[in-house]
Amino acid sequence: MKLAYLWIAFLALSIVSLFVGVTDLRPWDLFSMTEQQMQVMLVSRIPRLVSIWLAGIGMSVAGLLMQQLARNKFVSPSTAGTTDAASLGALLSILLVPNAPPLMKIAIAFVFALIGTYAFMRILDRIQYREPILIALIGLMFGSVIGAVTTFLALKYDLLNSINSWLNGDFSVVLKGRYETLYLSVPVIAIAYLFANRFTIAGMGEHFATNLGLHYRRVVSIGLVIVALVSSVVLLTIGSLPFLGLIITNLVSLYRGDDLKSSLPHTALLGAVFVLGCDIIGRIAIFPYEIPIGLTVGVLGSAIFLYLLLRRPSYA
Amino acid sequence: MIDVRNVTKRYGAGQGIHDIHVRIAKGRITSLIGPNGAGKSTLLSIMSRLLPMDAGEVSIDGLNVVQTDSERLARTVSILKQTNDINVRLTIQQLVEFGRFPHSRGRLTSEDKQQVEEAIQYMELEPLRNQYLDKLSGGQRQRAFIAMVLAQNTEYILLDEPLNNLDMKHSVQIMKVLRRLTDELGRTVVLVLHDINFASCYSDAIVAMKEGRIVREGPTNEMIDSAVLKGVYDMDIPIHLIDGNKICVYFS
Amino acid sequence: MRDHWKLLLLAALALGLTAVFLTIDASGDWDYVLPRRARKIGAIALTGAAIAYSTVVFQTLTNNKILTPSLIGLDSLYLLLHTVIIFVFGSSAFTAIGKHEQFALSVILMVAFSGLLFRMLFRIQGRYLYFLLLVGIVCGTFFSSISSFLQMLLDPNDFLLVQDKMFASFNNVNSDILLMAALISIAAVSVFYREFKYLDVIALGREHAVNLGVPYDRTVRRMLICVAVLVATSTALVGPITFLGLLVANVAYRVVGTYRHSTVLPAAILISVASLIGGQLVVERIFTFSTSLSVILNFIGGGYFLILMLKEDKT
Repeated sequence: MKLAYLWIAFLALSIVSLFVGVTDLRPWDLFSMTEQQMQVMLVSRIPRLVSIWLAGIGMSVAGLLMQQLARNKFVSPSTAGTTDAASLGALLSILLVPNAPPLMKIAIAFVFALIGTYAFMRILDRIQYREPILIALIGLMFGSVIGAVTTFLALKYDLLNSINSWLNGDFSVVLKGRYETLYLSVPVIAIAYLFANRFTIAGMGEHFATNLGLHYRRVVSIGLVIVALVSSVVLLTIGSLPFLGLIITNLVSLYRGDDLKSSLPHTALLGAVFVLGCDIIGRIAIFPYEIPIGLTVGVLGSAIFLYLLLRRPSYA
Repeated sequence: MIDVRNVTKRYGAGQGIHDIHVRIAKGRITSLIGPNGAGKSTLLSIMSRLLPMDAGEVSIDGLNVVQTDSERLARTVSILKQTNDINVRLTIQQLVEFGRFPHSRGRLTSEDKQQVEEAIQYMELEPLRNQYLDKLSGGQRQRAFIAMVLAQNTEYILLDEPLNNLDMKHSVQIMKVLRRLTDELGRTVVLVLHDINFASCYSDAIVAMKEGRIVREGPTNEMIDSAVLKGVYDMDIPIHLIDGNKICVYFS
Repeated sequence: MRDHWKLLLLAALALGLTAVFLTIDASGDWDYVLPRRARKIGAIALTGAAIAYSTVVFQTLTNNKILTPSLIGLDSLYLLLHTVIIFVFGSSAFTAIGKHEQFALSVILMVAFSGLLFRMLFRIQGRYLYFLLLVGIVCGTFFSSISSFLQMLLDPNDFLLVQDKMFASFNNVNSDILLMAALISIAAVSVFYREFKYLDVIALGREHAVNLGVPYDRTVRRMLICVAVLVATSTALVGPITFLGLLVANVAYRVVGTYRHSTVLPAAILISVASLIGGQLVVERIFTFSTSLSVILNFIGGGYFLILMLKEDKT
């Protein structure tokens, strides 16, 4: 697939996204917008579009990085404890500093996500099992262990329902003034792009990387920080987008291979296109109501993941 | 006798084995030789029902390996693959006792115990018998697995590269054990070997494979021949007679 | 022979805890207290045994001591079922639909789901068991996505009902249902009892098992059905307990130091029952019901799992 096609899809869906919603707004209204339409555009539609871009790009790039570093196609922030650890951090931030600004909450979630991801990498390092699928299982179990702690605390303080709805992916809450933290992921993704070659080499293993004169540990640490930061920013601003980091990268690697430099732009664009598509479906399906993105991505994502698994039983 | 008729197994493009026809005589040691990817292990796995075949038939002493009850077969034929990672923590003694499962279903009789004892002695594992497998060297573990196969006490013994991981002393020891099994007890042994000199010195017959087909088969004496080996390995291999053994000098 | 003593000791521990559980703080009110507590003990024993049995067998079939069958998405399916019932019929209808029907529906649905998974995946050769687990987990995420969406739409009272279903509880077990669950579990174990003798050999892996004459594929298939029925029944009876099995199976292997299922299985069952009763005592007497037993067990079991992972030597 050419990058150009992805760009076309990306632009087309972005335009559609701007003109779907309860307030009637057509492309030809652009030049004669009423005060109210202008308001809707600036306060809701454009922020929503931008946050979809950032979340889609951020989560798929984070997934790609993580798979390179773990050398496993089944690893992603939502299948290796990163998202679960960030959720735990989010819950603790509500419990301990209920009135903290969003940035503070993100910082707490980020620290937890980083610890969680690091712990998982450490498990990977020490474990004797090598089957890729088994490692994915371990990641998922690791995630549910952290999830059990979150549930325990949430239950104790009667926050289960609120944390669930907070962390369930939903773009309808995106309004001007409530999504800007997502911009944090922009420089981080840029760094990922700049370091792409090094991540590819680090992905070939410590010995290989050292042989090529790469400071392996440092590169891995940078990668983990990027993954943890993007995951927690997206989780706290939008909510969880299950499997996004996993299916996009796997789809891309099917037709593009695993060289990070050449697959990164594809991954980023396809991620954005996928989330745009899911979001539009969610907004149209039960119009004028809206299906939250967490559900559309969860349902479509699981279906695609299952398809990927079943298509190639020995997939890995 | 092991009778292999028209056996085919396909993997991906052009790999696998194609229309294999071979008869392996009873009471002999037969070696399967050939370059990497020739299909030796595949053939051995199919003969021992570990791998289903796409077409053809295999029978051992008239027992069709696909149709015959697996438990019945386990008393006639045993197979040992090259990689034997097991996740259970067992001592050598416990592992070898498993060899009696087809006979005793896990409840050892005194006859079973005696067979286990003999197998352990055969492989000179008495001092190690209570050691756990994960604490042993690769060679010791390999000998333990062979002891298990001996305890199974079957008419036919199939071994996939049994000399893997073994030093010279233990390789020779195992080949001598196999020799005794055939000469004294009339057992039939089929094994995949990489070192053709072991095949030359210890086997009665050789089946040479290449690219999924049988290139040639025959008594060892005829098979260890520069022209034949050239056809199998695409190498010029001079052969010298040393102390009555034909030795291939393939270090060119 | 030492293993026999260990088993006896474990049995004594389980019985002792049972006796304490039945009699503690009864203050003479025997007619009221005893039947209720006996019912609880019944549910605990049944669940504990089912979870221990299914996990040990499952680990043997997968050749892997860090997996548990609860992973295949049954928990999420159970929760989805109850969320849907509450969402569609509301809390009033939820209590109106008989407990029997709910139990039967859960069991049927979960067994059907696992049956479907197994059927689909038995056509695939190779490392299908890990594969099966992964597909199960993905389905689990699929179910939970739908559940959490529905839960967001529920009013807070209805949500509390769902929340109750998220955690295993032994407190309100109906005796008819308990009997039903016991019969199903016993049936599942005894129907496949003939496969039991193969378990030790299957633990060696497929190739050795086939060499030793075990009808491998058939046995694995049957034992998986047995595992599915046990997990489904115990989940339908008390709710999801994800990590208990993992904990007790590993502790059992450590305690008895043998690979023989005839010893490991009873040990795992006794440890499981003892820790459930002990846990329930702690929840009732120390936390005075302020937290749920399954949360504590997930916590301990999960922590143990992490330690297990981090201590695993690379070989």
